[in-house]
Amino acid sequence: MSRRVALEASHAVAEAVRMADVDVTAAYPITPQTHIPERLAEMVADGELSAAYIPVESEHSAMSTCLGAAAVGARTFTATAGQGLELMHEVVYVASSMRYPVVMAVCNRALSAPLSVWGDHSDAMAVRDTGWIQVFCQNGQEAFDLTLWAFRVGEDPKVLFPVMVHLDGFTLSHVTEPVILPEQSEVERFLPRFQYPFALNPDKPMTHGAFGPPEIYSETKLAQEVAFRNSKEVILQGWKEFGDTFGRYYHPVEEYKTENAETLLLTMGAFTETAKIVIDDRRDKGEAIGLISLRLWRPFPFEEFRRTVKGAQLLIVFDRCISFGLGGPVFSEIRSALYDEEPRPKVVGIIGGLGGRDMSEDNFDYVINRGKEIAEKGSGRMLETVGIR
Amino acid sequence: MADELTWKDLEVGNIITEAGNGSFRKTGDWRTERPILDKEKCIKCALCWIYCPDAAIKPSEEGYYEADLYYCKGCGICASICPAGAIKMIAEEEK
Repeated sequence: MSRRVALEASHAVAEAVRMADVDVTAAYPITPQTHIPERLAEMVADGELSAAYIPVESEHSAMSTCLGAAAVGARTFTATAGQGLELMHEVVYVASSMRYPVVMAVCNRALSAPLSVWGDHSDAMAVRDTGWIQVFCQNGQEAFDLTLWAFRVGEDPKVLFPVMVHLDGFTLSHVTEPVILPEQSEVERFLPRFQYPFALNPDKPMTHGAFGPPEIYSETKLAQEVAFRNSKEVILQGWKEFGDTFGRYYHPVEEYKTENAETLLLTMGAFTETAKIVIDDRRDKGEAIGLISLRLWRPFPFEEFRRTVKGAQLLIVFDRCISFGLGGPVFSEIRSALYDEEPRPKVVGIIGGLGGRDMSEDNFDYVINRGKEIAEKGSGRMLETVGIR
Repeated sequence: MADELTWKDLEVGNIITEAGNGSFRKTGDWRTERPILDKEKCIKCALCWIYCPDAAIKPSEEGYYEADLYYCKGCGICASICPAGAIKMIAEEEK
């Protein structure tokens, strides 16, 4: 029988990692780290989880350690956030290019300066091109579910890519919510042991991480991109199997009250749940408005996304990050994804919720009202923002 | 060799499943200078063989030590270390 318990979202992730029976976890246990590795350390110390917990001296080393562990075929997990992910950045690329299916939870935080440990999506956007499968969570249950799912997908022999599970710092990571925990036997049915076909073995020597001179580097990148895009099939299959096993189904693009919607709001992460309240109110008043949320951020779900927004006239994209000199990164990708589509909705972008700034229902009301106004009359501003003085 | 492969020929993560295939790599292409051995001066001490960072110097049947130009990158360490002044580096385009 599954159990419904109150868990901090960080602890829900740790619980998923425990139930996935990871072999190795490496983490740097100081700010901006979260309660995820703290809880994992307790589990290992208390004998609840039989894993090597390696406390390293930096996030760069944390990811390097994970690569070494994955190279011998260990199920491997780490977690970080904000500045930690930045320090790790170099090795984040190496993980995907060497096709090591490390799973990493990122409790999204702002980037300094000024010094901030509070939430936004700047850290996530800084790693969007690193070749990791990336998903966003809206609540603690999803953080648990998608962490389990991440091992299932990343370790699939047809995939072998690392997976990043994004959950908003504080507004999700530090919030206690009811979470349904499955039976261990159900988890084992869903998640087979990791069988890495290229595990380092002294009896069968091989080379991982050879250099790539100009006559082969381009080919390696094309091979990586093709394999990465093809991982979509297993991503979808993994979600179907997850739903069939645990009863909760996930999709690359999550829809909320999108039927016959003329206006769509697009959000990512935990604020989506606040935005849903605003959508409810407006629907009750008869407004043809709905909400979509990108669950799958990479590989970008072009097909599902285009299908979802097809009938809408206006798409308002809410970003929690500024790409300096460009605007909202999600907005720019969304608009680009629709450029060749006929017909396509008008796309406007508004930025807010930076560095721990809350997004209230009133703020989302403003986003929708202002979005409609821009669509009608144009913006006339360098950058559209919400809740910034 | 590598320039005949297409992206479809590469193993997952570009792993090389066969050990020791670095020996196929022609590093001699990198060279701008090559070592020339003067057998009159060579005392067969083998210091060049010991110091060569690429193990590109090999003993010949007559007991001399000569660079294998398939691998020799032309670093000049052999010429620098030779106590008899028997090795000199000449430009690659010189005959």
